[in-house]
Amino acid sequence: MSTLLVQSEAEILEALAQGAVPEEVSSGYDWFLLMPFLILAVGAILLLTFTSLFRVLQTRNVPAVITAVTAASSFASLFFVWRRVDNLGGAELILSGSFQVDAFTLFVTGVLCAAVFFAALSLAAYTSEQHIAMVEWYVLLLISAAGGVLLVSAQDLILLFIGLEVLSIAVYVLAAMHPRRETSREASFKYFILGGLASAIFLYGIALTYGATGSLSLAGIAEAGVNPAGLSPQVNASMILVAMGLLLAGFAFKVSAVPFHFWAPDVYEGSPTPVVAYMASGVKVAAFAAMARVFIAGFGNYVADWQPVLAGLAIASLIIGSLLALGQSNVKRMLAYSSIVHAGFLLLSVHSLAFKAVNGSKTDTSLDRGSSLTDFSDVRSFLFYLAAYTVMVSGTFGVLSLLAKGDDGMHSLADYQGIAKQKPFLAGLLAVLLFAQSGVPFTVGFWSKFQVIWSAARNESYLLAGLAMLAAVVAAVLYLRVVVSMYLKGPAETVSITERHAEKKRNVSSSARAMGLTAVTLSVAATIVWGVAPNLGDSILDAAAQALTIL
Amino acid sequence: MSFSLFAAQASFPLLPLLIAIPVLAAIVLLATPAKYTKYVALFGALASGALSFYMLVQFDPAMGTMQFEESYELLPALGLSWSFGVDGISLFLVVLTGILFPITLVATKPSHDPKSYHMFIMLLMTGAMGAFLSKDLLLFFLFFEIVLVPMYFLIGGWGHGDRVYAAMKFFLYTMAASALMLVGIVSLAVLAQEDTGEKITFDVVELAENHNVSGTAATLIFLSFALAFMVKVPVFPVHTWLPNAHTEAPTAGSVILAGVMLKLGTYGFLRFGLYLFPNAMRDLAPIFLTLGVAGIVYGAAVATMQRDLKRLVAYSSVAHMGFIVLGIFAFNSQGLQGSVLQMVNHGISTGALFILVGWIYERRHTRQISQLGGLQKSAPVMAAIFTLVMLSSVGLPGLNGFPGEFLILLGGFSSARWWTVIAVTGVILAALYLLWAYQRVFHGPAEGENAEMEDVKPTEFLAIAPLLVLIVFMGVYPKPVLDRIEPSVDVLIDHVENKSDGDFKESEPKQLERVGTSGLIDAAEKAHKKHKEEKESHGSGDSESSEGEHS
Repeated sequence: MSTLLVQSEAEILEALAQGAVPEEVSSGYDWFLLMPFLILAVGAILLLTFTSLFRVLQTRNVPAVITAVTAASSFASLFFVWRRVDNLGGAELILSGSFQVDAFTLFVTGVLCAAVFFAALSLAAYTSEQHIAMVEWYVLLLISAAGGVLLVSAQDLILLFIGLEVLSIAVYVLAAMHPRRETSREASFKYFILGGLASAIFLYGIALTYGATGSLSLAGIAEAGVNPAGLSPQVNASMILVAMGLLLAGFAFKVSAVPFHFWAPDVYEGSPTPVVAYMASGVKVAAFAAMARVFIAGFGNYVADWQPVLAGLAIASLIIGSLLALGQSNVKRMLAYSSIVHAGFLLLSVHSLAFKAVNGSKTDTSLDRGSSLTDFSDVRSFLFYLAAYTVMVSGTFGVLSLLAKGDDGMHSLADYQGIAKQKPFLAGLLAVLLFAQSGVPFTVGFWSKFQVIWSAARNESYLLAGLAMLAAVVAAVLYLRVVVSMYLKGPAETVSITERHAEKKRNVSSSARAMGLTAVTLSVAATIVWGVAPNLGDSILDAAAQALTIL
Repeated sequence: MSFSLFAAQASFPLLPLLIAIPVLAAIVLLATPAKYTKYVALFGALASGALSFYMLVQFDPAMGTMQFEESYELLPALGLSWSFGVDGISLFLVVLTGILFPITLVATKPSHDPKSYHMFIMLLMTGAMGAFLSKDLLLFFLFFEIVLVPMYFLIGGWGHGDRVYAAMKFFLYTMAASALMLVGIVSLAVLAQEDTGEKITFDVVELAENHNVSGTAATLIFLSFALAFMVKVPVFPVHTWLPNAHTEAPTAGSVILAGVMLKLGTYGFLRFGLYLFPNAMRDLAPIFLTLGVAGIVYGAAVATMQRDLKRLVAYSSVAHMGFIVLGIFAFNSQGLQGSVLQMVNHGISTGALFILVGWIYERRHTRQISQLGGLQKSAPVMAAIFTLVMLSSVGLPGLNGFPGEFLILLGGFSSARWWTVIAVTGVILAALYLLWAYQRVFHGPAEGENAEMEDVKPTEFLAIAPLLVLIVFMGVYPKPVLDRIEPSVDVLIDHVENKSDGDFKESEPKQLERVGTSGLIDAAEKAHKKHKEEKESHGSGDSESSEGEHS
């Protein structure tokens, strides 16, 4: 791993020195295509270096601004990269065939950048309010995002694992970053232990995959499946099943799908709120995209084996996530369960990705690369959900971090009573976002649910679709309970006057708060605008969806 | 303004404006000082209402198909579009919406927070207009769902008593019922597309003409629709949210709920149930007839026993809506026309009743019938208005309640005789509970505060006057209304005949027989023929026949 990083760093400098003009790079790799990743990774390193050298840079909101700008420029570079990839034929493999650049990976990278952007702005307000501003927050955030890019772009299970670990480890640390909260450390510890276990399981899955197919690249795995003559069939069949099961368990942990969800409520409750925003959006999005990529591109031949398991995970997540949410009284825990329900929807979406292959004409024919396993519009619904979910969840936790009182420990429903009176603007934003998450029309949340249902119906999983909608209704109860607390109940007695004075006394940088407000306002605006005009960005989505279709 | 409208008739987007004006008003309200919000909202409601009148004037009564059609792309990849149209079935519901909202705004005032109150009312108007004007199945669903949010806040924020519980119950009941409808909509569109092989569409006309979904699939999809509509109507036994919601809601909420929103359910049965699934609807008709009639009798019986005046009116709604269901499932021209007419009339009468009850509550701070009495002496004008409105709700010939109920009973008697016979008891019970309530509230000696109650103020009288005019006008001369309803009902019936199973091809035009469901129906066929002749002359003979019935 280290050699790889060192090598890439050297190459980065080279690429930068040459003004990043791809034609002049002689190494054989098209470094320009790595640009979005490089900007995030190098941004993190430069941020750490320069703020350590010049401590003046650590003051005020400089690190946050640098992070946001880094994320934004990585986002902007996607368009240039896409233009180049499009000219080259739509998909490029670099780094010895282990790093794929196509519209799908670029799209997910864009979503990741957006998650970082929102999280960085929320962090600025949050850390300033809590007096815990440190540059490490932002460095870790950028590193994690860089890992996410590796994860979604990897065509090779080793690189994929590296991406997964880089993504996760940074977040384990971020979870523990609140210095005054015991629960923050506890959350991080839980997340780390369980995450480590999940990584080990995942790694074992990779090993078994290698044993079964003799290859680590997704293309190689797929080819081995098409022509298993070279291998002993018995070993191949059972071993690949176990391998897929282990890989799926690893992914399911990252996306907090039931029954791998036990960490989520505790970690969400304990971790600093802006970190949860990133955890719920960025980490999940990257893991879901990688999951879709691995199972469609790598294990597409075994779709009949993994698809029922995905359906089971989806059903369990929908039912258990929505039902357990009912008993909660802490808003962050409730949202943890809501994110489990969202994971159920996304699993249903992944489930729908490849159904046609089983039911359609391609049942036992080729399934070789080149013929499309997935249907274009199903991928589209999946990607739409990912993007919409990121917008809504980043915004929701963004508002929560602006509302964080005390040491970010006051998120019970009682603490939210009467917020509509004290902070009408924030309460309004939160209400819109919660209604959006519950799938109310004219918000992006409706369209994301609708498209998943649509994909499911097209693939004849009517029961699953019905179940998902019912789970959404049960989950609506939890969003309504928060809204009721904010709007329909007077301020709780427990919020004493001294408490409010203490709130006022805190010396909060107004520019930091403005940054946090900007982030949540942007996400609410996107929620509504995209909800009224869901065809915005159609061409981008189409291109991205096409990329996974023509695998 | 109106001059330019007439000038630019051809390309003037009338229907989108009807929907957009209230939204724009809501946005303007955001930046309006609290003092003036009422006027801004009133201006928006009046503008939209005036346009609805303009539409009424320009409406071509001879045409049974959609008029003023407008269509814009919404999500082309999924075949969605903003497409609007109006025909005789929706015409008067749109006008009713245009009338009731300004009246509500004038007649009621919020107890606090006028700004958000008026915004929610404007959003409600948007939702109601949009639902009645949508020509696209999914677009209808969007509006059908979105009205929940503002209504939820109106009940929860400005209601009385156990308002939070009532608001929650209302939201969850309706949302849970319509969750499966979304799956039904998507399934229908997908199945229809697989049939025709063309582009996927949600356009209700195209779907109705082309889809060949039948058998179990059609029944299941219809049931998913029916559940959503049943809760909205509400049909016994899923009506239990209504007494809570109506009783706890502020006056404006009750008026809009009873006047406009309940109609979404019955309108849905006509437009999306009967139009799309004639066979499934026919097969299940006995169930719905039974539930409808049960609602009539149950609602009336329970209303008789109420001690709370507002709750009494709420239960009377359950009974009246039962009549509309009976008319729809009578499957003949009289029944359908009667239902459409009754939807409008119920909106007028019950809306007015709720306004009156609201005024009494405002003055006396109680709705308990036992604490009221002798109000006639202190408030003679109010007593007079109440008498008129109450008699119209009872269905006195010469007032608007009569023609609709009469047509429904006429249609029902020929195709569902025994159900109708039982339903007639509902008419008698209505007279009982309303007259008795009137007697207890307005007659007798006036004591204490009852003796000093303030009479109707001039502005209040102005607000309710249009409703009184309509009550008399539509009772004496319903012909212009029926003339516009009839062509569309005929088109609907022709369509249903074409799409019905083979046996139905042979049946006479303008009437639906229900062969083979029971011997009863066969016997009713003869009656059908007689009524058909009657129908041909009833346009001119209706008011006479009402006179005859009276004597």
